[in-house]
Amino acid sequence: MTADLFFQYLFAGITYGIMYAIVAIGFNIIYNTTGIINFAQGEFVMLGGMIAISLLHFVPLPLAVAGGVVITMLVGALIEILFIRWLDNPSVLRMIIITIGLSILIREAALHIWGESIRSLPYFYGNEITTITLGPVRISPQVLWVLGVCGIVVLLLSVFFKVTPLGREMRACAANRRAAILCGINARNMVTFSFMLSAGIGALAGCVMSPITYTQYDSGTPLAIKGFTVAILGGLGNSMGAVAAGILLGIIEAYSISFVPLAFQDAISITILLIILFVRPHGLFGSGEAARLKEF
Amino acid sequence: MRYTKSRAILCLVALVIVTQLLTRITGTSYYLTQLTMSAYYALVVIGLTVLMGYAGQISIGHAGFFAIGGYLSAALTTHNLIPLAGSPLVQFLGRLGVLVRGQDIYGEQLLTVTPWAACLAAILVAALIAFLLGIPVLKLKGHYLAMATLGFGTIIYRIALASDYFGEADGISEVPGFTLLPGVAGLPPLVVNGDFDSRVQNYYIAWGVLIIGMVLLLNLIDSRVGRALRSIHGSEEAAEAAGVDTARCKLQVFVLSAVYAALAGVLLTHYNGGLGPSEASVMKSVRYVALVAVGGMANLWGALVMGAGLTFLSLRGVFGSFDDAVFGAILILVMLFAPDGILSLRLNGLRTCLKRESTDR
Amino acid sequence: MLELERIHKYFGGLHAVNDVSFRVETGSIKAVIGPNGAGKTTLFNLIAGNLAPSSGVIRFVGREIQGMKPHRIAALGMARTFQNIKLFHGMTALESVMVGRHVRSRAGFLAGMLHLPSTWREERQIRDRAMELLELLEIAEFAHVEATSLAFGQQRCVEMARALAMEPRLLLLDEPAAGLNIYETAEVARLITRIRDMGITVLLVEHDMSLVMDISDEIVVLSFGEKIAEDVPRAIQQNPEVIRIYLGEDEEAA
Repeated sequence: MTADLFFQYLFAGITYGIMYAIVAIGFNIIYNTTGIINFAQGEFVMLGGMIAISLLHFVPLPLAVAGGVVITMLVGALIEILFIRWLDNPSVLRMIIITIGLSILIREAALHIWGESIRSLPYFYGNEITTITLGPVRISPQVLWVLGVCGIVVLLLSVFFKVTPLGREMRACAANRRAAILCGINARNMVTFSFMLSAGIGALAGCVMSPITYTQYDSGTPLAIKGFTVAILGGLGNSMGAVAAGILLGIIEAYSISFVPLAFQDAISITILLIILFVRPHGLFGSGEAARLKEF
Repeated sequence: MRYTKSRAILCLVALVIVTQLLTRITGTSYYLTQLTMSAYYALVVIGLTVLMGYAGQISIGHAGFFAIGGYLSAALTTHNLIPLAGSPLVQFLGRLGVLVRGQDIYGEQLLTVTPWAACLAAILVAALIAFLLGIPVLKLKGHYLAMATLGFGTIIYRIALASDYFGEADGISEVPGFTLLPGVAGLPPLVVNGDFDSRVQNYYIAWGVLIIGMVLLLNLIDSRVGRALRSIHGSEEAAEAAGVDTARCKLQVFVLSAVYAALAGVLLTHYNGGLGPSEASVMKSVRYVALVAVGGMANLWGALVMGAGLTFLSLRGVFGSFDDAVFGAILILVMLFAPDGILSLRLNGLRTCLKRESTDR
Repeated sequence: MLELERIHKYFGGLHAVNDVSFRVETGSIKAVIGPNGAGKTTLFNLIAGNLAPSSGVIRFVGREIQGMKPHRIAALGMARTFQNIKLFHGMTALESVMVGRHVRSRAGFLAGMLHLPSTWREERQIRDRAMELLELLEIAEFAHVEATSLAFGQQRCVEMARALAMEPRLLLLDEPAAGLNIYETAEVARLITRIRDMGITVLLVEHDMSLVMDISDEIVVLSFGEKIAEDVPRAIQQNPEVIRIYLGEDEEAA
């Protein structure tokens, strides 16, 4: 492998990895406030991209992206209010099945609205062949967009959870829902909010990635599986861990192309998921002691 | 207790016969095709019910086991071994008597594995994979188990889609019929295939297999091992304290349900004369879960009725292009409003009565 | 019967059980008492195999059982009840007790599916034995009611019957009188003595002093994970150390 190719793969890996990390962070946000793994997380990413693509017929790109994010957030909130909010202490099995059902409904709705065709947003800057030379490698400016946007999202999120009152209340719900309620926090609204937030972040990722990865009605499930892999790898609930794990998985995937057929690429991340689940279910960076308190 | 159970089984047998006669009288025997397929899908569903409903272990990967059964038997019975005829392995298989010679439609010589041997091999492989996968996977709970099985299903799907051997996106076609019993004493042979003439025969084979499968599972649920399984669902800790080897029990039932799925895959593939990668898709696995849920989770009869009924409607195209959406919606609605299954809404009282009778001996 | 030798258990930095040793003699009733958080339930979980000790040896009927899986320990003849009753959701009282016969019966997977004659003979024995136990505990009339829908005291009886169905050599009772009123507690005391008279050794953890003092042959007192006394009930009542820790606690523990 030439050094040139090496760096190309590296950047491709990082780009995809960041994408997985964002999906993983979406998982984490909802998991942290509710203990639920939202199997429809990948569908938020798809929805964000699809809505923005449709809006582009009427408004300029920045507004279309904003619209995609906001509408997906509303969808997230609606889903929580309609299907989750009023359930009284549901079992894990029940929640898994409900969110799987939701992911199917969203996907089918997307199929009926947008059809089977593969779509994408235009490049935010330049076009497919525009490149920026960065030392030994030439990369698409869209890659910088992905890195920039996702970096900012991660940064804002950690500030949000550490500093703002709302963020602190959400963390309180995560730590001990009952105690939080006793302190006067409206835990139900926090859950709705966490669904909105994770839907919005997913949608944003869906928009910035769309020019590179394209968007199709069924592109959600593979993303969800990889996002989940990353979430586990980084330690469920740990956003910084997710970023590191995402980049790691992205790079492994990128380099695997050179010795595994493309069609088996998905199988690689799933194999990693299975291995991690069996060997270190608390993730690469999580602590085993703390993980024993969670339910595996 | 045998009494209620055998009565219910007899009712089912009668219903199966009456249905066939009805289609004959009304000249609607084309329904038999979908009814046959429904029976095989229901076989997967009742197997999964024991795993999910009774033992409480979710699997979103059972289409994977179905596909292992279907694909292996299809590949073994269709791929021509003539080019490899000289290899020691093929010669060894030939001496074992598991190979059969034939001719394809262009008159070319064929050497393939016999359906019986292929069927056994497919089921053994499915069982072995379930066993090896089950050891680590069943240690997981909740989300982790769901994701791990979903991941397994996706891998099988990807392999089916990407392997030349399994026909990639086209799948495998022209799978020969499966002669279960050769013709003896003037009786015609018992063959699983899609021939027009053997439609009635195949209908009875499918439902016969399903009913036998059902009886075995009903027996299991009422047995020592069945109680142990249900106790795991109730409280794993208490089950362990009562001396139940929970890990072993879960593994056994996982393998059992995989065998049911693989058997259904084998038979349906021979019946349809082929299969494609969509049989291995995640959506199929989710569909099986939906059917278990709508049947009432821990309710074999509900699973059988819903599994065969809804699959039949789906195969008849009643749901049109909303087919997948319907199953998604069913899944959500059942879990939101009737997590014990829709039959439980009305039949709860009845079921307690039956249970009382059934435990009274 | 049961012997604990220098058992330690750490949870992270917490030293939950600190160098505890004692023996339970065959045919006796032994009680472990101590204020809340003294490590009693942890100790139980160590003995029953739900937790593995950080160090130390546990011997049961002559075999080292530390780190063994709970079901294997159960098969050796140790049964237990839980502090917060653990019954099987969706199973009747009779079926729950029948699960207890698991270790005393053999029918396997295939035998169950095929329903062989030997299997149904065994089934009948299991059922009869379970029914006998329900009668012994005076809850036979609820045999076909879902166990989790029974009243609290009856649930406790079902759990006890399930443990007895295993025909254990040693029975671990985790707070058998918790949540019971004074009459029911007296009932439980009689029951435990009867169980001992059936030849089953009993080890119990309990808050209720009257129960413990009445029926135990010997008492172990734990405080903050350490054994501070082990003696006959009369001596324990007069032990100044024990009095000190109990008077230092709130009334609940007294």
